[in-house]
Amino acid sequence: MTCDEAEILLHALIDGELDAGHVREVENHIATCPHCAAQLGAYRDMQAEIAAADLRFTAPPQLRRRIEAALPQPRIASRRSVLRGFAMGSVVSAMAATGIVAIVLRSDDEQRIESEVVSAHLRSLQAGHLTDVISTDQHTVKPWCNGRLDVAPPVIDLTALGFTLIGGRLDYIDGRAIGAVVYKRRAHIINLFVAQTPNASRSPARTDDVQGFNIRRWRDHGLSFWAVSDISADELTEFSDKFESAMRTNGNS
Amino acid sequence: MSGLRTQAARTSPIADETMQFGSSSDDQVRAQRFRDAALPYLDDVYTLARYLLRDASDAEDAVQECYLRALKHFDSYRGPAMKPWLFAILRNVCRAEFARRTHSSITPADELPETAEQTTPLWSEAQETPETEVLRHRDASAIQRMIAALAEPFKETFVLREIQNLSYREIAEAVGAPVGTVMSRLARARAMLRTAWLAEEEQPK
Repeated sequence: MTCDEAEILLHALIDGELDAGHVREVENHIATCPHCAAQLGAYRDMQAEIAAADLRFTAPPQLRRRIEAALPQPRIASRRSVLRGFAMGSVVSAMAATGIVAIVLRSDDEQRIESEVVSAHLRSLQAGHLTDVISTDQHTVKPWCNGRLDVAPPVIDLTALGFTLIGGRLDYIDGRAIGAVVYKRRAHIINLFVAQTPNASRSPARTDDVQGFNIRRWRDHGLSFWAVSDISADELTEFSDKFESAMRTNGNS
Repeated sequence: MSGLRTQAARTSPIADETMQFGSSSDDQVRAQRFRDAALPYLDDVYTLARYLLRDASDAEDAVQECYLRALKHFDSYRGPAMKPWLFAILRNVCRAEFARRTHSSITPADELPETAEQTTPLWSEAQETPETEVLRHRDASAIQRMIAALAEPFKETFVLREIQNLSYREIAEAVGAPVGTVMSRLARARAMLRTAWLAEEEQPK
């Protein structure tokens, strides 16, 4: 790798945008090139200074009021019909990136969806948004979902295993209406989002930390699952383990 | 700047249709969906507007216009993520405002001559910067001033990356440029900022 290449790619390195292979290449170059190593250090320091400073602005309350006033006023309890009205299907925008860049950048679709999942989780915690159907009975929640989604999420009662089923909800992730099954662990809410995926292969669960929330995601039986909560990563793992094993036992769900 | 809304409307092709909202429940339903999806990003949009326009009341007007346009086009919104989509709209609003200010010395990013970006090698600024020199700690308002003083299109790229935490792909979507261009703009923005930062230290206020 030449210095010219490295001086562009080191920015992608500090931004976490390089795939593993190119991370190694840039690091190998840096190890043998004091000039580029110094550049990398200098930009890392500057990035740290910028990250430590609060450079954001807060929208003034009167601006928020002005925008609110310009929107048609909502009716209470329209959420269900709102969600039913969602257009199905999503368009994945194909980025036409040029040159070497397209190859070295990793896909950030997953990251984006995870951050949408966390936003949906946060929205659900606002008063009156948690559940569209309130029931501790899986035989009530599932038929409710069946009538509203192309693919109903498996609804499994884990109350006996320490996770209380409290209801279901329709939500909106990645441009699609999808089902969310809501569980409670002590005072903590767990939202389990379930969406159909064209990828039928099974993918084992892994945990990510997004904006201070734990997300455990896995794929099975042509469905993608995201469990989101503020409970510890260990407890969330326990949840997903119990859910997966109950799903295998139920067989059909 | 009371002129922004009307002037922006005149120069923008999407604002030709009259903005009208009936009182039907469909509109209310739609507005609620829009609220849930777009209002959580109000501070983000306002922050970008403050960097693009500098003046606080200009920024407020631009953000309001951005949200009205976004609501109007919400039916056709199918992704990408909401934040880059709102940023792209805000950018258009700001560009319309730039266009209105014919006497302004500010040049919108897309009207810069292509060569301005290409004739200067990416690494030329960086080479002039003593890379061993340590940046002195500056407070937030000083850093904000230095960022605001960066030339476009480097400033917006820098703000989208470092302050809005967008990925390269999301920045490319928001500004309508290829990812490679985003990378080179970001490299230059950082080199310019570092140069400015070091220069400020040499001549303390």
